[in-house]
Amino acid sequence: MSAVTVPTASAWDRVRTYRPPNRYLPILATAALFVGLFGVGGIRYDGLTDPQVLLSLLIDNAFLIVLGVGMTFVILTGGIDLSVGSVVALSTMIAAKTLDMGWSPYLSIVAVLATGTLLGLLMGLLIHYFDIQPFIATLAGLFLARGLTYLISVESISIKDPTVTDLAFRTVHLGDYYVRWTAIIALATVAIAAYVLARTRFGRTVYAIGGNEASAMLMGLRVAFTKVGVYVISGFCAALAGLLFSLYILSGNSLHAIGMELDAIAAVVIGGTLLTGGRGYVVGSLLGVLVLGIIKTLISFDGTLSSYWIRIITGVLLLAFVVVQRFATRRRP
Amino acid sequence: MPEPTSLVQRVLRHQLLWPVLALFVLLLVNVVAKPSFLDVRMQDGHLYGNLIDIVRNSAPVMLVALGMTLVIATRGIDLSVGAIAAIAAAVACTRIIGAGDEAALRTAVMAMTYAVVVCIVLGAWNGLLVSVLGIQPIIATLILMVAGRGISMAITDGQITTVNNPWFSDLASGFVLTLPLAFLVAVGMVLFTALLTRRTALGMLIEAVGINPEASRLAGVRARTIIWTVYAFSGLCAGLAGLVIAANTNSVNANSLGLWIELDAILAVVIGGTSLMGGRFSLAGTFVGALFIATLARTIPNIGIPSEVNYLFKAVVVIAVCLLQSPKARALLRVRRSGTPTLANGAPA
Repeated sequence: MSAVTVPTASAWDRVRTYRPPNRYLPILATAALFVGLFGVGGIRYDGLTDPQVLLSLLIDNAFLIVLGVGMTFVILTGGIDLSVGSVVALSTMIAAKTLDMGWSPYLSIVAVLATGTLLGLLMGLLIHYFDIQPFIATLAGLFLARGLTYLISVESISIKDPTVTDLAFRTVHLGDYYVRWTAIIALATVAIAAYVLARTRFGRTVYAIGGNEASAMLMGLRVAFTKVGVYVISGFCAALAGLLFSLYILSGNSLHAIGMELDAIAAVVIGGTLLTGGRGYVVGSLLGVLVLGIIKTLISFDGTLSSYWIRIITGVLLLAFVVVQRFATRRRP
Repeated sequence: MPEPTSLVQRVLRHQLLWPVLALFVLLLVNVVAKPSFLDVRMQDGHLYGNLIDIVRNSAPVMLVALGMTLVIATRGIDLSVGAIAAIAAAVACTRIIGAGDEAALRTAVMAMTYAVVVCIVLGAWNGLLVSVLGIQPIIATLILMVAGRGISMAITDGQITTVNNPWFSDLASGFVLTLPLAFLVAVGMVLFTALLTRRTALGMLIEAVGINPEASRLAGVRARTIIWTVYAFSGLCAGLAGLVIAANTNSVNANSLGLWIELDAILAVVIGGTSLMGGRFSLAGTFVGALFIATLARTIPNIGIPSEVNYLFKAVVVIAVCLLQSPKARALLRVRRSGTPTLANGAPA
């Protein structure tokens, strides 16, 4: 054995000199923001450090997490989907109406998911095959879904089906704490989406299109399939989020989820996904939703701040992240 | 392409043909459903009737769409107009309530001036983000769209604020020369803007920036200043629209005032033939587009459908207009008609 000339770095050295890869920086920033907000809240308000608060955060934002997942796919290709809020409203309405008509819950779930997916497919086809800007095509989707919701019923319909209400309130216990099924579905969606984006051909094509659509096309990637596919996924996720929202709120109403698309977009941006496409992770969007959620929780714990501060703070966060993104990408063109 | 010479050819090729025709068809549908629809009568020195209601109700969308037209001409978009309208209304109403003499003309004028100035500042903020920081317009204005309603609620303290000032409510329900004041304000703004952009080089410069900001900058156009100006102008228009809406109900509800007006405005602009890709704009088209939307809103209850369903019709209009403007769809149609498939792929119309 010859003497080792290169000194091996000690474990501490490796920890000390560790720098996370640049691409994870936005996510780490969001995670730090979340931990920071949680920490500050934990110091200021008693009871916030209860693990149940964290689990409730997941339960209360399950639908937004799923929406964020769908929106992440679309934004990664450089598009945008404005229709998701309306599709959520339409989903709650279809679910409530079909259950009210006596359909089996399973059939009604299938109907909701099929409608959302179909709407996404239509928008994707318009965007890809007719070169209509994503913004305007999904604007049409927004109007269409909201109009269909009103067409089904102008009044609110409550959900009373025992199977569904049972599902809505059923809890999974983890020791002393509990989560609802909706939160588990949301986390499962995140896991599946993360796998698809990181490990499948479809997922890698999504990033390639966001990076540069023309080069993706020239590389022979399936641009058409993928580009339509992300809108189908977003439509499906919006319908799924609509189902989770129905379970959360137990009614169908055409006034539900107004402006929810803004929350979803904000969560994705705060989660570090680049709005021009090509860079970002679904886990970031999950963290983005949790940041928005913890702000809501902090404001409700505080009690003196009015709820409209949520919107103002969301706007400020959005501004901060967009400006930072702008300068971060300017350096590395 | 040979210059069209005969009158028929000129009419057929005029870019306003389709919007005007669509408006006409819509009015025709109304007349068929209810023959007395077009009746206009004189009462107390004012004109009354469905047509007058339509032009009056078109004012807010027309104002917002006017600002939006110029923004879109620079290849931008302004999503924050609804929130800005809500802020304008909140500012004006709280100023009126806070003033010593709530019903005075001076109070109304001061409050409205103050609100409009605030809106110009907000528009300039959007312009700053877009032109100086170089953020995509859709994202830059999204920030104010998210935060704006919160700000508006902070101004009104989350309450629905009701005001009692006859001069202020005249802005929406008053009549001048037998016509609704709100409509005259909107038309006045459109004419003023048309003069400013088409009788000076400003319109051409705006279009140049929309076609290629970098090239126009190199050619000596102050692209940054122009972009900044159009967003500030859009803020001004949105503010005026917010005042008209608030004056109509004499109150401000920060949550619902001007909700989705940005979408209506974009729709009006698109119907009017202004391309979302920027580079050209038609103020006359926007004028017709805004009238079309107001007429559509009136048509749906008139033919016996719940008025909420008009979102469905708007969706159909958006898709139809976009397909008509889409080069690919046009190419597809042309192939069908002439049977020469060689032109199919992406032949620009």
